[in-house]
Amino acid sequence: MSSASISLTVNGATRRFDGDPSMPLLWFLRDELALHGTKYGCGISQCGACTVHVNGAPVRACQRRMQTLEGASVTTIEGLHPDGAHPLQQAWRDIDVPQCGFCQSGQIMQAATLLARNPNPTDADIDAAMNGHICRCGTYPRIRAAIKAAAEQSK
Amino acid sequence: MSARKNLPWLSTPGSTPVSTAVSSAPIDMAPPNERRDFLKLAGMGGLLVAASALGVRRLDATTRGGMEHDTNAEPWEPHAYVQLSDDGTVSIYCHRSEMGQGIRTTMPMIIADEMEADWTRCRVVQALGDEPKYGSQNTDGSTSIRDFLPKYRAAGATVRALLEDAAAKEWSVPSAEVKAQNGTVVHTPTGRSKAFGALVPTARTIPMPAANRLRIKSPAERRWEGKRMPGIDLVPMTTGTAVYGADVVLPGMKVAVIARPPVWGGTVATVDDTLAKQVPGVERIVRIPASPMPGGFLPLGGVAVIAKNTWAAMKGRDALRIIWTHGANASYDSKAYKDTLRASVRKPGQAGRTNGNVQQALAGAARRVSAEYYMPHLSHAQMEPVVALANVSNGKAEIWSPVQSPMDARKTVAEYLKLDVANVKVNVTLLGGGFGRKSKPDFVCEAAFLSREAGAPVRVQWTREDDLQHSYLHSAAAHRLEAGLDANGKVVAWHHRSAYPAISATFAPKVTGAEPDELTNGASDIPFAIPNLQVEICPATAHTRIGWYRSVNAIHHGFAIGSFVDELARTSGRDSASFLLELLGPDRQVDLSTAGLVKPASNYGATWADHPLDTARARRVVETVIEKSGWRGPALPRGRGRGIAMHRSFLSYVAMVVEVEVLPDGTVLVPKATVAVDAGFIANPDRARSQMEGALIMAMSNVLSSEVTFANGRVVQSNYRDYGVARMRAAPRLVDVHLVESEGLPGGIGEPGVPPACGAIANAIFAATGIRVRDLPVGRQLAGWQTRTNVGVGSP
Repeated sequence: MSSASISLTVNGATRRFDGDPSMPLLWFLRDELALHGTKYGCGISQCGACTVHVNGAPVRACQRRMQTLEGASVTTIEGLHPDGAHPLQQAWRDIDVPQCGFCQSGQIMQAATLLARNPNPTDADIDAAMNGHICRCGTYPRIRAAIKAAAEQSK
Repeated sequence: MSARKNLPWLSTPGSTPVSTAVSSAPIDMAPPNERRDFLKLAGMGGLLVAASALGVRRLDATTRGGMEHDTNAEPWEPHAYVQLSDDGTVSIYCHRSEMGQGIRTTMPMIIADEMEADWTRCRVVQALGDEPKYGSQNTDGSTSIRDFLPKYRAAGATVRALLEDAAAKEWSVPSAEVKAQNGTVVHTPTGRSKAFGALVPTARTIPMPAANRLRIKSPAERRWEGKRMPGIDLVPMTTGTAVYGADVVLPGMKVAVIARPPVWGGTVATVDDTLAKQVPGVERIVRIPASPMPGGFLPLGGVAVIAKNTWAAMKGRDALRIIWTHGANASYDSKAYKDTLRASVRKPGQAGRTNGNVQQALAGAARRVSAEYYMPHLSHAQMEPVVALANVSNGKAEIWSPVQSPMDARKTVAEYLKLDVANVKVNVTLLGGGFGRKSKPDFVCEAAFLSREAGAPVRVQWTREDDLQHSYLHSAAAHRLEAGLDANGKVVAWHHRSAYPAISATFAPKVTGAEPDELTNGASDIPFAIPNLQVEICPATAHTRIGWYRSVNAIHHGFAIGSFVDELARTSGRDSASFLLELLGPDRQVDLSTAGLVKPASNYGATWADHPLDTARARRVVETVIEKSGWRGPALPRGRGRGIAMHRSFLSYVAMVVEVEVLPDGTVLVPKATVAVDAGFIANPDRARSQMEGALIMAMSNVLSSEVTFANGRVVQSNYRDYGVARMRAAPRLVDVHLVESEGLPGGIGEPGVPPACGAIANAIFAATGIRVRDLPVGRQLAGWQTRTNVGVGSP
């Protein structure tokens, strides 16, 4: 195995990775940086629990290998808002979205990129953006409502 | 028994180097010195009160006897612990696991309300797994409120009375003149007041209020019970700081990923670990012996790769070359098994319930209708794959894991490693979904075994593939129902045969069919007024680990019976909702211990006096959904349809009207659902609503897309790619939940929503398309439905 030395920014801080370049970003975040808000759910981009932002775009950290991240800027749920008070985080709490809560970091991170490019999403927009995320507790109706509430609040 | 042994929170403080504090998850901020605070409190100050079925006791330095209680004298199983510290902080120990049902909010709501505590000063602390200290902690069977509401209330009311007595004593006034109010006690005539915390020193020394003096609040006095309260874990859950199973880290911790036998009962023949050992970060390869069949809660065995990090462990596991001996279940094949179950229900079985003479009544009926239904194996597929961290050394084990039943984890680890159960400590993290999977501690045993072998803390991480392929699956089930209707269309005979492997087959050998009590999950305890009724158990052998999954057998009972009632209505040309109401018959309360069952129904652990089968409650929820859903309104266009069903399970009554839209390609969407719930008193209505929303969506997965199948003894599916679950696009736009207002004894909330949803979805599909799906999942069966009419799929 070739070892890599990769420099990237995570939640605004410069981080260095020296290890298996094929390691997915998920395990770097969880095992090396102890950023546990990003969750392992499926490992194959099917559930969305590990969604983070890479250079502002939603990315499944379980499939994004470290070797592709030189110079990248990664934002995790811990870095979404300095006080945890992004309009989506507030709306999630106002509407009491989470049940077990495990998938919600990924859901919020995905929804944040949706609102960033589309401040007034329709139901169809929400379906398209959020369909890659699984919530086994079944919080989808409240996620939908919270995205709309956050959009409203951001106006 | 020493206090130290009995109360694990009195163990040496500050010695556990956990990176994230899992033993305390307070409402606002985590206190840094939880254990020291508690030690200080129990030894030097503060007030600690515990409530059990036997009453409420104070546990403190002056009454150490309470802590060193002789367990031989009487069953001392306190379920609620409340701690009031001198600074006024109220800590409530949650003895149940949080998996999305909201118990970490609801339990403190009830106690703090009765206590008249200041909610902003309340925190919840997750209790360790400890029996008998907490009694049953098995968070299963929708029991957390229904089994404990009176105890929670008594705990709060006792502390309130004690603090009122303390204030009365300090002021030398009659107790009748003082009143606890939002964290203070007020002397009503003068208006002077004292904070709860300041009353602790007196409250520690005066006599406890007599049980007959306790006054539980009237509904009008309640501040929070029965009202909407924000969940206490909302901030951590929305900021990524909530602690789940894989979020606990110990210094020197290793991560293990395990290759398990692909066939149930299989063993390792040979293993070549040359390549695995070459993976950087892989440290050790350890064989885990296969447990004796059928295995129960014990590990399946296999080969573990222990590594520095998760990725290395996964890569190492992939690099193992293992030849397995597959054993007796190597020919398990779902296609053949479905035929076996079908054949089984076509022959008489063993009676589970008999009333009247069903054969005679069928023979004399004006019309006979029969149908067969099938539901496959299902997996919990909770978002968090099972995971456990264990640190075993010097004959002691400490566990951190998302377990539903910490006591079973504790006992099973102790048995597995031959440790004294007192030396096994189980810390419960938040559960990223449970649905029954996490009450089986096989994965905890794996971690404990590997930690002992490795001489280091080990986290066992199951991959999604592991979770799906080595779970405890929901039974595959076949049902055959036949009814006889008289000339007026009234049902006079009901003959129900079912075949599905029993959960007990996972725990005992030679089990060849469902247990009679499994039928009382909504099959032999149906609320219908039918004079001739026979419910039979037909043979079915387990070839994989069977376990309970949210709502358990009520899932396929609800689907089959809910569908069959609709089929009977339609073949009689009747409105399904009216027909359902007629089947319920006159309002009556039924005691099923004397209703022709071969074995009295366990009634979910409740007495029949407390929780009779009450058909008036069933009727009311049905009437509510008829009214609120627009059932009697204009008909929907083709491609859309409404279905109705009602099911009693876990002591609650739930009716649903589900509206579906079936797209030309067969995709089923749910634009709207109307739900009515009578669960007796509901302490936390918003969480009850959220459980109904979730139950409906889980039922959508169960009915529409989920299926675990076997070929050559192995699970075919591997991940969410081929194990389909409901996603946002299909999710309901509107779930209109109506909670019946009641002060009655509480029933369950977590599970009872699933069974009626299964029937209602299937019936709505028929209403929309004219296609009756009797074999689940629906999958692609509706593709091109517009070109077909009135085709029964799965009909004999």
